[in-house]
Amino acid sequence: MSKARLDGTVAFKALFLCAAVLFVATPLLATVLGGFKSLGELRTNPFGLPHSWEWHNYADILFSSRYWTLLGNSLAIALLTVALTLITGSMAAFVFAHLRFFGSEMLFAYITAGLLFPAATAILPLFIKVRDLGLLDSYFGIVLPQVAFGLAMSILLLRRFFRDLPPELLEAAVVDGCSYIGFFGHITLPLSRPILATVGTIVFVQSWNAYLVPLVMLNSDRLYPWPLGIMVYQGEFSSEWNLILAFITLTILPTVVLFLFAQKHIVAGLTAGAVKG
Amino acid sequence: MRFAVRRRDSSKWAAILLFLPPALLLFSIFVVLPAGEAGWYSAFNWNGFGRPTRWIGLDNYRFVLDNRAFGVAIGNNLKVIAVSLLVQLPLAMTLAIILAERFRGAVALRMLFFLPYILAEIATGLMFSFIYDGNYGLLATIYGWFGAEAPHLLASPATAMPAILVVIVWKYFGFHMMLFIAALQGLDRGVIEAARIDGATGWQLQRHVVIPLLSPTIRLSVFFSVVGSLQLFDLIMPLTRGGPADSSHTIVSFLYTFGVTRMRVGFGSAVGVILFLICVTFAFTYKRWFMRDE
Repeated sequence: MSKARLDGTVAFKALFLCAAVLFVATPLLATVLGGFKSLGELRTNPFGLPHSWEWHNYADILFSSRYWTLLGNSLAIALLTVALTLITGSMAAFVFAHLRFFGSEMLFAYITAGLLFPAATAILPLFIKVRDLGLLDSYFGIVLPQVAFGLAMSILLLRRFFRDLPPELLEAAVVDGCSYIGFFGHITLPLSRPILATVGTIVFVQSWNAYLVPLVMLNSDRLYPWPLGIMVYQGEFSSEWNLILAFITLTILPTVVLFLFAQKHIVAGLTAGAVKG
Repeated sequence: MRFAVRRRDSSKWAAILLFLPPALLLFSIFVVLPAGEAGWYSAFNWNGFGRPTRWIGLDNYRFVLDNRAFGVAIGNNLKVIAVSLLVQLPLAMTLAIILAERFRGAVALRMLFFLPYILAEIATGLMFSFIYDGNYGLLATIYGWFGAEAPHLLASPATAMPAILVVIVWKYFGFHMMLFIAALQGLDRGVIEAARIDGATGWQLQRHVVIPLLSPTIRLSVFFSVVGSLQLFDLIMPLTRGGPADSSHTIVSFLYTFGVTRMRVGFGSAVGVILFLICVTFAFTYKRWFMRDE
């Protein structure tokens, strides 16, 4: 009786998992495989393995400068965003973690208020601000707003980590005549590699996938990151789904590779960061 | 000694004055100022050129609230929240309970289910516009087996939004599942073992022991579902752009379509201010009522 019931539960779990796997994996596989098919085959056989593998769908994209320009733009924007976020964020987080002064609590509350609303709420005034600063159609017109809107979360995560470092370190260093700035550079940062990697990875993924801010700030497709570029591509090849699917596969590939290598940082950062948000 | 204290003090102020301004400036210029300016601009009829001069008071808010598409957008945001709570949350929790146990392949499955969450919304939307395509996609195939013409789901006002809701569950349940797995792994195994010894099994154990222990995480998951719904935009653009007949807009896609693309700065700012108020009110009341202990 108990054995039979146990088997029942196991069977239910297995069935449930299979259904979930089918639900998640089908669109992904259809996309990757669809890129290998001819348009005619895609119509008759959208979900099976290709009968003849059309490698040139992928090769044509890989050998086009268009694809690499898009990825290059996305990479430049994401790396600049990560670098600026980590530099400004860790410096501010260090002050909030270790130094108390009149108004420090208020300033911290001021920054964390940034968690309360998304960039979309102020996107038009943001556009006008970026335009008045002469930054439209430049990497920094995207990077600076992205850094600003990511700062609240980054500072929160970094501050918590800095605070959990052993306080004796700071005491000892200060007694030995080390300045706070020296302590930050020589001790805090080297000890904080894990959290810097986590914050950097989250900020990178968010910037890599971002759509709204680049869409509003860019006019010329010369600087388009890939989410904008792929929308243009889809507009041009509107019914040649095999090419669009190949293009999608090649643009999400970097994300998937990064995910496989940095999954610990991504999962920890996104869930832990979320919990504190 | 006094010298040392003074030196320490000057070192402290050097750090503060060097380290704080960059973050504070960036945050003030690109987050706080625009948020405040949205309130100011929303009182003008302004196309963005020159300076705003045509003051119209609260008229923009009246135009927004009178706009039928805005009501539909709010309704769609509520539908997203409803589906997140009624479909996505139970799905995420069930999978988390199954996958929190150790067995071969559990970690790989977790990763597979989490993968959609980190894919770009734009790419996800395009993938699903293929899946839903009446000539090529999954539905086309299934209808084809019966020799019937497949409906174009995204092209009909009755089906566009439900089709988007499926994509939302596909994309986001893995994130909520990970929240629950993290919580389950932090649970006190002793309590669960005690209940098991007392004779609680299977469903009883989940219903009366595990799920109550997860309630802080449930509240957190609900919070993220609502906040995520309020920001929803990227996924809408590749799927429907808010159409057909403005049937699938969210608040942000409404803002983009009617405010940004037509450069109606005042009108768009008014939408932004309304969204801002919804976000802030929700965050405060929810945290006060449901997340007091955290």
